[in-house]
Amino acid sequence: MTAPEYIYPEGRAAFPHDGLVGIAGLAPHEIWFLLDEAQQWVELNRGAQKRRDMLSGLTIINAFFENSTRTLLSFEIAGKRLGADVVNMAVATSSVKKGETLIDTAMTLNAMRADAIVIRHSSSGAVQLIADKVDCPVLNAGDGQHEHPTQALLDALTIRHAKRAFNGLRVTICGDILHSRVARSNILCLTSLGADVRVCAPPALMPADIERMNVTVFHDFDAALAGADVVMMLRLQMERMEGQFIPSPREYRHLYGLSQERLQLAESNALVMHPGPMNRGIEIESNVADMIGRSQITTQVEMGVAMRMACLEVLTRKGRKMEGWA
Amino acid sequence: MSQHAPLTVANGRLVRPDGRIEKGALRAEGGFITAIGPDVCAEPGDTVYDARGLLIAPGLVDLGVFEIDKPAFHFGGITRAALMPDQPTPLDIPSRVRFAAQSGKPDFWVHPLGGATRGLAGESLAEIALMRDAGARAVATGRRWIGDSGTMLRLLQYAGMLGLPVITHAEDAGISGKAVATSGEMATRLGLPSAPAEAEALAIARDVALADLSGARIHLRNVTTRAGLDLVRAAKARGVKITAGVSPAYFMLSDLALANFRTFAHLSPPLRSEEDRKAVIAAIGDGTIDVIASGHDPRGAEDKRLPFADSAPGMAGAETLLPLTMNLVRDGVIPLERAFDLLCANPAKLLGVNAGRLEVGAEADIAVIDADRPWIVDSDKMAASAGNTPFDKQPVQGRVLALFKGGMTIKTKRVSPA
Repeated sequence: MTAPEYIYPEGRAAFPHDGLVGIAGLAPHEIWFLLDEAQQWVELNRGAQKRRDMLSGLTIINAFFENSTRTLLSFEIAGKRLGADVVNMAVATSSVKKGETLIDTAMTLNAMRADAIVIRHSSSGAVQLIADKVDCPVLNAGDGQHEHPTQALLDALTIRHAKRAFNGLRVTICGDILHSRVARSNILCLTSLGADVRVCAPPALMPADIERMNVTVFHDFDAALAGADVVMMLRLQMERMEGQFIPSPREYRHLYGLSQERLQLAESNALVMHPGPMNRGIEIESNVADMIGRSQITTQVEMGVAMRMACLEVLTRKGRKMEGWA
Repeated sequence: MSQHAPLTVANGRLVRPDGRIEKGALRAEGGFITAIGPDVCAEPGDTVYDARGLLIAPGLVDLGVFEIDKPAFHFGGITRAALMPDQPTPLDIPSRVRFAAQSGKPDFWVHPLGGATRGLAGESLAEIALMRDAGARAVATGRRWIGDSGTMLRLLQYAGMLGLPVITHAEDAGISGKAVATSGEMATRLGLPSAPAEAEALAIARDVALADLSGARIHLRNVTTRAGLDLVRAAKARGVKITAGVSPAYFMLSDLALANFRTFAHLSPPLRSEEDRKAVIAAIGDGTIDVIASGHDPRGAEDKRLPFADSAPGMAGAETLLPLTMNLVRDGVIPLERAFDLLCANPAKLLGVNAGRLEVGAEADIAVIDADRPWIVDSDKMAASAGNTPFDKQPVQGRVLALFKGGMTIKTKRVSPA
């Protein structure tokens, strides 16, 4: 495969967005620009001295209205490595529990003069709602079943490291597509970059008309795996395995668990990915998750920090009055 | 009856019950129409309103609203509304029904729809006969479908015996669940909880069978899908006592209106596909749909300025009911007189009230309408108690210039020339 050439303009025209609410609305060259920007942070993070002061004096608020460990930590580390003051708003103890509306919470955060706000919320569209009300850049860290753009970007960065090119790349995404914001953002991102995306799930977990998003629909995992270059497994929420969607976890594993035998159906150098946290022994066997050279699961986490550094750095350029961006 | 001078609305074009539109005047005394036709003249002492060649039509009868919002109703030419039982305290006992029935007088009549089941929970029957005698014109299942078929059958048998129509919400709850959108590309892209449109046809299929079995009259408040409309059409052909209604949103909009998570387009049932929208228009044209109603449900920011799935469904529809229906006339879907069957005569007949048509002996609920007058919907300047309309900033045509309830003048505002 040859790498596609994405040329992007100088300055703010390279990424003319005020925030990152979703992959929808991003042009391929804008995605590529963010991936390129992230590269320097991958290298920085691999060194011993991991701190820059580019965002020194800036306040970044992580407002997570839904529980998260790895995404919250990843954003926190990303902000701190760039020198920003990072504040995490824990919803469990916030006034959200006292009935404050989302808009009021957003206005409060805005009045505290944050330079960027990172939001996760359990309702689709909640991040857009806040982004429309605040003055600073808003980054979507996952809204309901809608989008999780930084996850898709870090997945693309991970794939780019191993595969270098997206054109014609066969990517199989398997799991609870219906409830997955990761799947939606990844579909948008990967198809935008030219990949051939397949989605695989039982009918009850497959959203209607998903093929309109330029993907191929599979219910048979073995067929979906044939010739795949990348296999992305999604986490299955335990509460959805109690008979409503899936008869039982072991039945799910029987049909959709990624084992070493199944992985043989994919290309011999196919990457295995998972956004975490994994249900080992259900959607993915331990020996697949830990396969050296094939499993990218820890690389994804590593790329996550770099990708989020790039997003925070790029989106605060206007506020920092960087030349060409202010 | 109130003591006011007889009314003559003169020099207009009368919308007659037989479908004729003829030049003439109308005279009302003691709250009732006493004379109508080309030769009618005002008598000394009458209050006279010059219609200046505009339409003289019956006041609109809005079948199924969620709030009594007089300024919006009067703006829209609505003189009577059937109030849904879904109130902060449900209309499921006679005293609340009686109170609701009085709540609009004298310048607006509220026809309460009794809650079919206690607390609208769909489990045990409410006191339907007592509610009827307290003023309920029909019973309604509310925003919800009655899931238990046995309960629904007994409800239909009982209401049928009492001569009350049953107004139902046609969405199979097992399929619709917590859905806020119709399954399809839009819901998938937005990641909204969605249910297939077939939830409606399933509910209608069952309710048609039960209506047939019980012989009761059934009215489906909103039929919004091709499959649902096909079932209604077939049931009518078989002679089942079934009628169907729809709100303008379902013939004006499809689920594309949900883009950018616009909560003003969050309705119940949810907006459907473009194909279904076209099927609704066809069904209005061929008579499958009997009633167009606003479903007026004003909702403030606290209910609407939320993430889509957390927002309350519903739209403020009273002001746009007439002009959006007039679109169908301009597009040649229905003739002008049929618009008034859908908006006035049919809902009045369904509720068994002596209104909705201009004839001697009927209550003098009269709207003077400039069917062509253009105006622009502005959610910030609505008469309604909240401006949650998905038609914000849309140009429309058709405006009520004068409104009379029981021969009493409600408004004769001269709208400034467009």
